[in-house]
Amino acid sequence: MGLPTTVFAYLVKRLISAVVLLFIITAVVFAIFFLLPRLGGASADDLASRYVGKSAGAAQIHETAVRLGFTDPIWVQYGRFAKGLVAGSDYYTGAGYDHCPAPCLGYSFITQNPVLPDLLDRLPVTMSLAAGAAFLWLLGGISTGVVSALKRGSFIDRAAMTTALAGVSLPIFFTGLLSLSIFSYGLGWTAPGGSYTPFQENPLMWAYDLLLPWITLAFLYAAAYARLTRAGMLETMNEDYIRTARAKGLREHDVVVRHGLRAALTPIVTIFGLDLGLLLGGAILTETTFSLPGIGQYAVQAVANNDLPKVLGVTILGALFIVIANLVVDLLYAVVDPRVRTA
Amino acid sequence: MSQPSKPTTEASVAAQPDTSETGDRAGRRRRKSAATVNALDGIGGLGAPAPDSFLSVRDLRVHFPTDDGLVKSVDGLSFDLSRGKTLGIVGESGSGKSVTSMAIMGLHKPGTVQMTGSIRLDGQELVGSSPEAVRLLRGKKMAMIFQDPLSAMHPFYTVGHQIVEAYRMHNDVSTSVAKKHAVEMLDRVGIPQASSRVDDYPHQFSGGMRQRAMIAMALSCSPDLLIADEPTTALDVTVQAQILDLVRDLQSEFNSAVIIITHDLGVVAELSDDIMVMYAGRAVEYAAAEEVFERPKHPYTWGLLSSMPRLDRARIDRLRPIPGAPPSLINVPSGCPFHPRCAYADRTGGLSQSQRPPLEEKAPGHYAACHLTPEQRTAIWETDIKPTL
Amino acid sequence: MKKTRIMAVAGAMALALGLTACGGSNTSGTGTGSSGGSGGGAAAGGANAAIGKIYNPSDAKGGTLRFGAAGDWDSVDPGDTYYGLSWNFLRNYARTLVVFKAAPGSEGTKLVPDMATSLGKASDNNQTWTYTLRDGLKYEDGTPITSKDVKYGIARSLDKDTFPNGPTYFNDFLKDVPEGYSVYKDKDLANLKSIETPDDKTIVFHLNKPFSSFDYFAQLASTAPVPQAKDTGTKYKEHVISSGPYKFTTYQSGKLLELDRNPNYDPATDPDSGRKALPDKLTVQIGINAADLDNRLMSGDLDVDIAGTGVQAAAQGKILASPDLKKNTDNPTSARSNYTQINTDVAPFDNIDCRKAVLLAYDKTGYQRAYGGSIGADIATSLMPTVVPGHQDMDTYGFKAKPQGDPEAAKAELTKCGKPDGFETTVAYRNERPKEKAVAESLQQSLAKAGIKVTLKGFPSGDYFKLYAGKPDYAKANGLGLLVMSWGADWPDGFGFLSQIVDSRVIRAAGNTNLGIKLPEVDKLIDQALGENDTSKRETIWGQVDKTVMDNAVVLPGVWPKALIYRPDYLTNVFVTDAYNFYDYAAMGTSKK
Repeated sequence: MGLPTTVFAYLVKRLISAVVLLFIITAVVFAIFFLLPRLGGASADDLASRYVGKSAGAAQIHETAVRLGFTDPIWVQYGRFAKGLVAGSDYYTGAGYDHCPAPCLGYSFITQNPVLPDLLDRLPVTMSLAAGAAFLWLLGGISTGVVSALKRGSFIDRAAMTTALAGVSLPIFFTGLLSLSIFSYGLGWTAPGGSYTPFQENPLMWAYDLLLPWITLAFLYAAAYARLTRAGMLETMNEDYIRTARAKGLREHDVVVRHGLRAALTPIVTIFGLDLGLLLGGAILTETTFSLPGIGQYAVQAVANNDLPKVLGVTILGALFIVIANLVVDLLYAVVDPRVRTA
Repeated sequence: MSQPSKPTTEASVAAQPDTSETGDRAGRRRRKSAATVNALDGIGGLGAPAPDSFLSVRDLRVHFPTDDGLVKSVDGLSFDLSRGKTLGIVGESGSGKSVTSMAIMGLHKPGTVQMTGSIRLDGQELVGSSPEAVRLLRGKKMAMIFQDPLSAMHPFYTVGHQIVEAYRMHNDVSTSVAKKHAVEMLDRVGIPQASSRVDDYPHQFSGGMRQRAMIAMALSCSPDLLIADEPTTALDVTVQAQILDLVRDLQSEFNSAVIIITHDLGVVAELSDDIMVMYAGRAVEYAAAEEVFERPKHPYTWGLLSSMPRLDRARIDRLRPIPGAPPSLINVPSGCPFHPRCAYADRTGGLSQSQRPPLEEKAPGHYAACHLTPEQRTAIWETDIKPTL
Repeated sequence: MKKTRIMAVAGAMALALGLTACGGSNTSGTGTGSSGGSGGGAAAGGANAAIGKIYNPSDAKGGTLRFGAAGDWDSVDPGDTYYGLSWNFLRNYARTLVVFKAAPGSEGTKLVPDMATSLGKASDNNQTWTYTLRDGLKYEDGTPITSKDVKYGIARSLDKDTFPNGPTYFNDFLKDVPEGYSVYKDKDLANLKSIETPDDKTIVFHLNKPFSSFDYFAQLASTAPVPQAKDTGTKYKEHVISSGPYKFTTYQSGKLLELDRNPNYDPATDPDSGRKALPDKLTVQIGINAADLDNRLMSGDLDVDIAGTGVQAAAQGKILASPDLKKNTDNPTSARSNYTQINTDVAPFDNIDCRKAVLLAYDKTGYQRAYGGSIGADIATSLMPTVVPGHQDMDTYGFKAKPQGDPEAAKAELTKCGKPDGFETTVAYRNERPKEKAVAESLQQSLAKAGIKVTLKGFPSGDYFKLYAGKPDYAKANGLGLLVMSWGADWPDGFGFLSQIVDSRVIRAAGNTNLGIKLPEVDKLIDQALGENDTSKRETIWGQVDKTVMDNAVVLPGVWPKALIYRPDYLTNVFVTDAYNFYDYAAMGTSKK
């Protein structure tokens, strides 16, 4: 039974394991980016040679290796990183020391900016993108799925499912660029790529600028959700309790929504949570296609520049969102399905 | 499985008419039922409905077009039912009994079904009336109890919520009033601590309790017609009896008309006033309950009786299932649909194979659709079947 | 991503298609053996209207000039940047001692005084260089700029630990720079004796060796003045204190840079640079999808692709198919050479006749195809690109007559070299560069016709110079006879382009960019050039170096790459500067308000 204390204990347990998991993830990610190259035979100076100008001599490269800590054993490097996460750390700017408060995700090897403020600065973009798209795809995907299921085999159903197949199969950079060239550059209805206005600055512009990315991203997901919802509805609408609901004389709308959809949506909650968590860690393709300055674009830049602390930061943030999403999904599942809660 | 031995002699057919019995309880019941069962003729023949009949079904046909052909699930069915009375509809799966109940409730999906004939509920014609009109009757004037209460109740809503939902659909009351009513109903059907259990979810109830809750839900609007579709199949024997008792008690309390649908004659034995045996979408025998048990007229009914486990008989090993499988509803066998499985079909001089037997009054108030002569029938029943039961 | 780090990675000399920090372009189509893609310049306006001349000349001020960048570059701090686009752009907010003149074509390769009153005055056998600052120079906050600020700017850039990205010329050429020098440990610059500021107007440089081309160093971004009091180390880039016509208003790392007019910039102090400062505002949006960037240029939502490396393949196809679009493009040649080194350490390439056989046999058009055909590159007939001053047209081996290779002539050379039946060798290239692989395959096919059997061997890009092609012991031991290579100049000058790839004295044990040219005559010519103060004479010597290299048949010249750049038609005062091989960002304006 869902006593508050047990819920609390469960939460604490889950949170502790989430933190442990996050540290394991940081260690693994750290190992991938810092240990693997070393195992592959690259020396500390080889690693550092990525972070100097092109005419740098061996001495300068070595200095850089020392500055970036590549010359220390890997566990010392990880320890330093982990300490930054827990206690913060200080970074030399030349003119002095900069304090990077906990949780410090480190400083970029290239721009020497602290990573976390960059991420936090970009998070609203990714969140706006994810939230708007999620709203649209839930609305579009679920309603399409419901209509498709109820009109199974009809023209509407076939048209919707064909569109959904296209939506699932077509990559964002295709649909995105195509819709940009039609709606932004051709018809001039939507904002060109790279447009973003913060919500607090002008909510209308915010929505206008994000409309096309929302629709494009939502199209991809709506397609999947439409198929999921359709399958779920086809299953639940054949359940005995739907017949019961009808036998009670409920309106068909209530039967479909309150009884059919309610049950069909339960598995979708899980998938939605994870999808959203994944997206918050950076909608890489959408952000790159539409040149939105979000986490995903940051990740792409970081990878292109071999900027390991940034890559590490993005990975950890993404992992954090997924861990949180998992937790939320589990809790939400208990809310949605009483059999889970009270079992 | 070997066929039951068939020591049928033509001589044994000369049995006396089976209408002599009067004066006992069964007889009274039968006479009362006579009105109910009145005016049925032929194959789903249409007579005038009995004046006091609450539910009157005439020549009901429920057909489903499929890719393989037209499935004639119900194909000419007529019966009457009065308030306070119970009709048991018996048959194997696929005989059309559930399709019939769904047709009465208007639960067949429009567009997937072809429905003709007449279903009159309290004088109101249901066949062909608007889905919305039928919907408004559902739950209020007629209600239904389903076979598996676990799957028939929504897993995500509390039992109380589901009763409240039904009650408020048809009664303009507040949620709290409706909930009070739900608690009363749960209490009435024998759920202990109803006021706290009302907030439980179906999965927190035992099987018997769930069925009680289901009944509470069905009865929440005091329906005039209650259809119970295999209400006890999913339950163990003790609970079965309790539930059946409950249905009987509630029926007398509410004075509802009740239809119990089952494949198990045992279930209807105690409960029903009348019994209708269905085969391949039609009634093959229709009479007062006592009549059906004591003087069954149709070989299929004989088969059902033979395959029924009887607690009062020790020789379980003589339990005999009806040989063969239920017929296809797309290509119904010619003549008597039961003839491929009938041990006595060869005694009708080919009539069973060629001609469909009409549902005829073989004895007063006792209808059957069979080509056997009364003599043959009596002889077979008395010598072949009855002793083995 | 398109242009990523352009000057980029140490060791790696440049990207195959990349930019150069400097370079030049006279007109397109100057390459030999190819005329395609460059011709067809229609009337006024039209294709290549901004090459060698000014498209839409105008002095009208106003509007916002919107730059877009697919990828971020190293830094906007003048003391910490090595990207050509950055050097081009930063002239808007930073002034240097001297500067490349903002002028079309080869005029753009001319150095003119910027903050200084004249080019450098050499003394002490080119080991001492003196500059005098103009009067009235001010920072954006109105404080005057002194020679001490210039010294400080250079001094802080010497700290490669804090500013790892910029070039190291001052570290290498200034006299007695202490090991690991940092202004942050030497606040009064007491330990930096090689730069003197006898007064607020004068700055004197002492070099550790004679260097006649010091003016090229004096145009480096690190000579921009930095007020010591405002220096925040690595964070200075967030607000570079402007000495130029524009100042920072917004800096968002990796996202956005916005500049407004600097009210304290006085054009009267800037008579020579050619800066126009036409727009009221400059914006640079960073992180734009490369394909979308092209679309935005063509739809007028963006004005300039700051990288200047040209449009993506998709847009290129669209442009070449549409005359309306094509007339808004330029196709300049860059100061880069994509060539293949012949390794004289590996037999039989120690024999000049065998080298000549390869030069004659290889398919020049195949090499060009690997780099995108006539739009992507011109066939090179020598090492030094046409846009580098001093370039002399030559066609030592008759490439123009037989662009597809001449197997017969090659066989004759093979006979001379004692290998009439051909020989076997290996070609090295970088795995991550499909174009280099295509080159290797083209070589394999065309050399086979002369009987030379070539084996392909790819190496990881990151270690190409450190461990493989740039490590003579390895290359020799593994018989790497042909080494695919790409090289761009820091600035359009023979020294900038040639010294690191032809001077035998720069060859080290590993990490070389000179992959094996060891010619005493070349070394001698280089010394001669470094001591020559007369510009045109110096340029002639660099031309001779190029010729000597070709005469000795030590490289397959390959191609001089070109870029197809889109130019929105409403832009004004647009021209390709040979200093950077793309549009001049200090002169450009817009008629869009």
